[in-house]
Amino acid sequence: MARHVVAKVDELDIGKSKLVKVAGRDIALFNVKGEFFAIANRCPHEGADLCRGQVVGLAEAEEPGKVRMTRHGELVRCPWHGWEFDIRTGKSWCDPARTRVKSFDVTVTKGGTLTEGPYQAETFPVSIDEDYVVVEI
Amino acid sequence: MDTAVAQQRVALSKLGAIDCDVHPDAPKRADLLPYFDEYWKEIVISRDVDRLELTGFPTSTRPFFREDWKATEGSGVDKLRKNLLDSYGLKYAILNCVTGVHAIYDPYLSTAVCRATNDWLKAEWLDRDPRLRASLVLPWQNPEAAVEEIERFAGDKRFVQILALCQGEMPLGRRIYWPIYEAAQRHGFALGVHAGSAYRHAPSQSGFPSYLAEDYVHHIQGFAAQVGSFVAEGVLGKFPDMKIVLIESGVSWLPGQMWRMSKDWRGARIEIPWVKEPPSALVRRQIRLTTQPFDAPRDPGELERIVEHLDSDDMLLFSTDYPHPQFEGEAAIPAGFPERLIDRLVRENALATYPRLED
Repeated sequence: MARHVVAKVDELDIGKSKLVKVAGRDIALFNVKGEFFAIANRCPHEGADLCRGQVVGLAEAEEPGKVRMTRHGELVRCPWHGWEFDIRTGKSWCDPARTRVKSFDVTVTKGGTLTEGPYQAETFPVSIDEDYVVVEI
Repeated sequence: MDTAVAQQRVALSKLGAIDCDVHPDAPKRADLLPYFDEYWKEIVISRDVDRLELTGFPTSTRPFFREDWKATEGSGVDKLRKNLLDSYGLKYAILNCVTGVHAIYDPYLSTAVCRATNDWLKAEWLDRDPRLRASLVLPWQNPEAAVEEIERFAGDKRFVQILALCQGEMPLGRRIYWPIYEAAQRHGFALGVHAGSAYRHAPSQSGFPSYLAEDYVHHIQGFAAQVGSFVAEGVLGKFPDMKIVLIESGVSWLPGQMWRMSKDWRGARIEIPWVKEPPSALVRRQIRLTTQPFDAPRDPGELERIVEHLDSDDMLLFSTDYPHPQFEGEAAIPAGFPERLIDRLVRENALATYPRLED
């Protein structure tokens, strides 16, 4: 496992997503209520970019017509066919056992720690005063 | 009779087969008159309500009736005994009255004719042979009266099902019908949806057909629409103990719709979040099909694959569709039907579908 700096924390607002490239892979990075999560960008159905999907909550109903929304901002709907994925785990809501996108470990790390190691962001210099999003692959 | 057919006949008798789609003679006004009150007697005479045929199913149309059965002497239950009950050794036969009673506009006339038809079924058929069971006909456009009719017969367990047409006034999943399903479920009735149109709409989604050859096959569109409606409107989850039997729909069209609905559900689920499982799983659990006509492939060796596509051993119910000519001779079970499922087909699945049917 290698650690890759992919963004500054303040680049990605709550509820937003961003496409990052790490070790040749396209990864969709999400800020869910201040926590960062990373899943493969490619929808396992037809390959659409999940980073372009709408970030939504979970609609559930015990009764026809009586719907409640929970888990606000924790799912992404694929922009092509609307399949829902749990941003935290990469699992499809409809078929969690068989349909999932790979998810990656994400940490937020002080620049000071990063500059001491062999870590470099590909697109920007790491400064010791800021916080960075780090993906492990 | 060839060996396979002879074996089949023995099997039906030995297993106590239950025929889930048998049609009694369509009652005419004279048959129903004793079951109307004074007012409705007056009305059916002065309005000349007589033959009560469905437009799509005139009883004079020759291809609808098997000549050898038609030629048997006698009428009513006697004729049914000779042609079917005795000769096939049936344990039970479920009578489905598919007539103009389903197509009447006037909600009060419809209620009166449904009541008379059910009383006629009871007196002229059920009371005359212990093997007979029946579906209640209901005034669907008058749900309050339909519920009353279910309550009226709740104590007579020989009525095991309520009956609707696959092409009626509205999609059957609509909430307006839910009081009917609530009563049906509470009393253990299954919901039978039979081929036929009340001609409120064109029988195809693209307009009126020109020929009988088209008309009959268009019923499949009606059935497909009803399955979609039952799933999406949430009827299956809301009334989980009420099985829905698609009668005379054919079989092979359904797997494709199950696959397609389950796939589309993944993207459109958010509109119908009360559908918490893939539609195919809901359909397998609650929807049943009678086996005549079977729309089977030409090669009997391929029939098992169609059954496998349903991915369930529970969904198929044996039927003859008497007196309609869906098969030749006595080969009521489609050729190539897997041996291991015969028991379920002719008996077990029906007992699980109709809680009012006693073993």
